[in-house]
Parts: sequence; C-alpha cells; structure tokens
Amino acid sequence: MSNKLRIRAGQLGANFLTLGLSLLWLTPVFWTLIASLRPADDPLGRGNVWFGYTLTLANYWRAWSMAPFGEYYLNTISLVLMILGVQLVTVTIAAFAFTHYQFTGKKALFFFILLQMMIPTSALLAPNFSTISKLGLFDTLLAIGIPYFGSAFGTFLLRQAFLEVPRDLVDAGTIDGCSWWQLLWHIYLPPSFPTLIAFGLSSVIWHWNEFLWPLIVTNSTSSRPLTTGLVRFTQLGEIGAQWSLLTAATLLVVGPLFIIFLIFQRRFIQSFVHSGLK
Amino acid sequence: MEKETARSKRDRYLPYLLVLPTLAFVLLFTVWPTLSAFYRSFFQQRLNIAKFRTPTFIGLGNYANIFSDPHFHRVLANTLRYIIGTVPISILLGFFFAMLVNRKVRNIGLARLAFFHTTILPMVSAATVWMFFFTPGYGLFNTVLAALGYAGPQNWTGSPDLALLAVMIVAIWKNAGYYMIFYLAGLQNLPTPLYEAAGLDGANWWQAIWHLTLPLLRRTTLFITTIAFIDAFRTIDHIFVLTSGGPSEASTVLLYYLWQKRFEQLDIGFSSALTVILILVLLVFTITNFRVSEKGEEDV
Repeated sequence: MSNKLRIRAGQLGANFLTLGLSLLWLTPVFWTLIASLRPADDPLGRGNVWFGYTLTLANYWRAWSMAPFGEYYLNTISLVLMILGVQLVTVTIAAFAFTHYQFTGKKALFFFILLQMMIPTSALLAPNFSTISKLGLFDTLLAIGIPYFGSAFGTFLLRQAFLEVPRDLVDAGTIDGCSWWQLLWHIYLPPSFPTLIAFGLSSVIWHWNEFLWPLIVTNSTSSRPLTTGLVRFTQLGEIGAQWSLLTAATLLVVGPLFIIFLIFQRRFIQSFVHSGLK
Repeated sequence: MEKETARSKRDRYLPYLLVLPTLAFVLLFTVWPTLSAFYRSFFQQRLNIAKFRTPTFIGLGNYANIFSDPHFHRVLANTLRYIIGTVPISILLGFFFAMLVNRKVRNIGLARLAFFHTTILPMVSAATVWMFFFTPGYGLFNTVLAALGYAGPQNWTGSPDLALLAVMIVAIWKNAGYYMIFYLAGLQNLPTPLYEAAGLDGANWWQAIWHLTLPLLRRTTLFITTIAFIDAFRTIDHIFVLTSGGPSEASTVLLYYLWQKRFEQLDIGFSSALTVILILVLLVFTITNFRVSEKGEEDV
C-alpha cells in the first residue's frame, strides 16, 4: 500500500516538474508574442513587462514596411525548395545504389560521403567562399544552396530505410523484369516514405534557419534570406531597443515554420523516433 | 545477345552513376576545401595589405603565429569553457526531459512540444528574443535575479564576466529539446520485460536508470555527444546577435575568430591554418567517438 502511494506521489511530483519546466522553457516565446502585440509607445519599463493596456497588430505592419521582408521571404522559400528538390533526387539515387548494388569501392565511397557529416560545412566557410567566388556565384541563391546539394546525412538515413525493405519483395520485382527506377519507385520508396518526410522536414528547418553561410556569400536584398535580413533589421539605427518591433519582426521570420511544424509535429517526432536515428 | 551485353555493361556502371551527384558535391564542398585550406595554410597571404597580396610560402609560419598568438589562447580557453559548459548540461537536460515526457499522462504531447519547439527556431531569432532578457534594468532575467536577492541589474552581454555565460545559456535552452528527441526515441525502443524483471528484483527507480536505462542508451548518448560537440563548434549565430564576440574577446570562440580573421582582417593564410586546426579537432573527436561506439558493440 505504501509502495503504491509512493509511486502515486512520484508521478504527481513528475507532473508538476514537467509543467513547471515546460512553462519555463516556453517563457521566451510567450513573452515575444505578447511584446509584439503591444503598442510601440507603451514602454516596457519595470513592472510593465508583460501586460500593457491594449494589444495591436500595428508592429507587424510597421516591421514589414521597414525592411524588404517580402523579398526575404521569397528568397528563403525559393532557397529551401531548391535545396530540398535537389537533395531528394541525389539522396534517393545514392542510397538506392548503396543498398541495391554490390560494386567495387562501395565501402570506400560510402565512407568518403560520410566525411561530410564529420566535417561540417560551417568549418569550411573560408575555402568554400573562395570556391563560390571562383564559380562566379557570389551573391546568388545558388551560392547559398549548392554546398548542400549532396547530403551525407540524407544518404545515410535513407539507406537505413531501404535496408529494411524485405529482400523477397525486391527479388519478386527483379523477376518481374522491373527496371532499376521501377524497383526504386514501386518497391523501395513507398515503405521509406516516413524517413523521406523526416529528412525533408529537417532539411527545410535547417536551411530556413541558417545564418552564417548566407551572411558570407550574399550582400544584397535580392539574394538575402530571412535570417540575415532579420539581423540587419535588428541593427537598423532607428530600431534601437524598440522591442515591440523587434519581436514582431522575429515572429514574422519564425511564424510560417512554426505553423508547418505544428501541423506536422506528430509526424515529425514520430518519424524521428522511427527513422533509425537511434 | 548484343543487347544483353550492352545492358549488363550499363548495369556495371549504373551504381557509380547514381552515386556520382552526391559524390561530386561532397568532393567540391568538403574534400576540396579541406585540401585547399591545408595547402594555403603554408602560405602567407593578406588581401588588405598590398605587399602580402600574392601568397608567399612560409612553411609552418602560420601555425607558429597561431600558437604564439595571445588572442588565440584566449579564444581556445573560451571555446573550451563554452563546450564544457553547454554540451554535458544540454545532454543531461535532454535526458531528463525525455524521462519526464516518456510517460503516459494526459497532455504530455504539449510538454514535448514545449521542450522541442526551440529546435525549430532560427538561432538568430532565439538570440534576438534573449537579447531582451539580458537587458540591464528591466530585462526579465535581471528582474527575476533581483527578486531572488541577487545584487542589482547586470549588463549580461556587455560584461566580460557574463557575456560567454549569456551565449551559453541561449545555446542550452535551444539545444536540450533536440537531444531529448533522440533519448525519447531510445527510451521508446527499450524492452519493457527487462524493467518488469528489474522491478520484481526490487530495483528502485534510480537503480533501474543507472543499471538498465543508461547502459542500454549508451549508443544514443555517444551519438548525441558527437552531434552536440560538432554543434558547439559550428553554431555561432547567437554570438553575432548578442555580443559580436565581445566585450574584448570575452565571448569569441574558435569559429567566430576564424570568421573575423578571414572576413574582417582578410588574412587568408592565418584563417586557412585555423580551418585545418578546426577540422583536425572535429575529426579526432568524431572518429574516437565512433570507434568507442563500435568497440562497445563488440564487448556486449
């Protein structure tokens, strides 16, 4: 009896701890939302940090008009879709080759590709900048995306998924005279779909959020993504410590991604859990 | 017959063709830059000084300069403090969060969301928000600390003693939820009968964690340690927003220093040598970790 009671008490304690820590972790986001909805002339003085008298959307309109966020948006969306589109193709065919075929040098080539996971692209920003300049790509969206067109992480992940496909199914397909792309399309890909989605989502999030590399290889509005745009915005002289504008701009950058995430979150977390990222 | 040989010939080359695009991009943006940084690290070249514009071979000169550079010593110390201060704590928190949310309780999904949402945020946005918390005077952080009886408002990002700590706090807040996901995945794949047996044997909660959960999640921990370590080296976005490496280098870490050397001081030779050092550190760590992980598998 006392044992049962102890377990109940433990559960209750854990519940309170979970609740408290969740709220603590969410504080910055709550605060951002509230601050962004407060009138700009309502000072964020002490004791008045959380609640003003009125709420307004005016900060969003002002922030939007003070920097070319529309263009930044377009750039980020094009960038993310471009990278994802190319990656889905390169990753799928490479993973297929590494799963389905035996060929000389297979192991060495696989290890070679995995090097990309050990030496992150950020560490190579100095020499990669030279390459981009030499290719004449400086200040283009392609410059931001091209180093990521091949993905060791994606190849690795998808190969894990392909290895789970029952051998019998593949053999049956081969006997039926399927060509390699029919095998890939009809037999390997359908059961690997969750992994593909997990990879796709993490690719989109990663590149939507990237800052340092775009900062280095772009210098004009026509190719600048949201992240570097936001940092420029925070450094505008007239912004100063206008928190309502800063927070509104921050949410403009984060908003769409958050909405996508909320829609897909169950799928996202599930696919992480099942995708062999263990 | 002729068709048949053509086909088998094509089949022989096909796997190489399929791997080629990925391989080409890895070659161009991982292998080539590594080699090129190595090569350039033996030359003196500074783009902003006329007489040093063309590269001159100086052997190990850049490395000698780096190791005798007092700024580098400072940067190295900062980097170490940053890693020691962020990696273990965010991993522990990640494990703790995973234990908390791996229970069948109502609305637990919301708690998972609360811990995980920081992963989705761009680091620059997270840092922009935290900028407010660190503001002297009315910043939330200071207000809370003052309420707890801590001495007066502090300018967190402007103080030489607190700037590095400030960027570390942001990194921990941002990353713990990411590591939680991997632990959660690990926990959900653990065999429950083992725990039932342990429960019958009278093992308490702590003993179960220490003797069962942690050993079973060893590979997960190694994997998370690897990505946390790499991330500590490569993510410096929050430093750009919060401190710009200052005040007086108090929050400059290795990659930020490399960026300054290459893109502010235009010192190609020095930054190439720094790149080589960074790559070596990363490779030694990841390969060691990988081997430890493989070795553990054989032992079990």
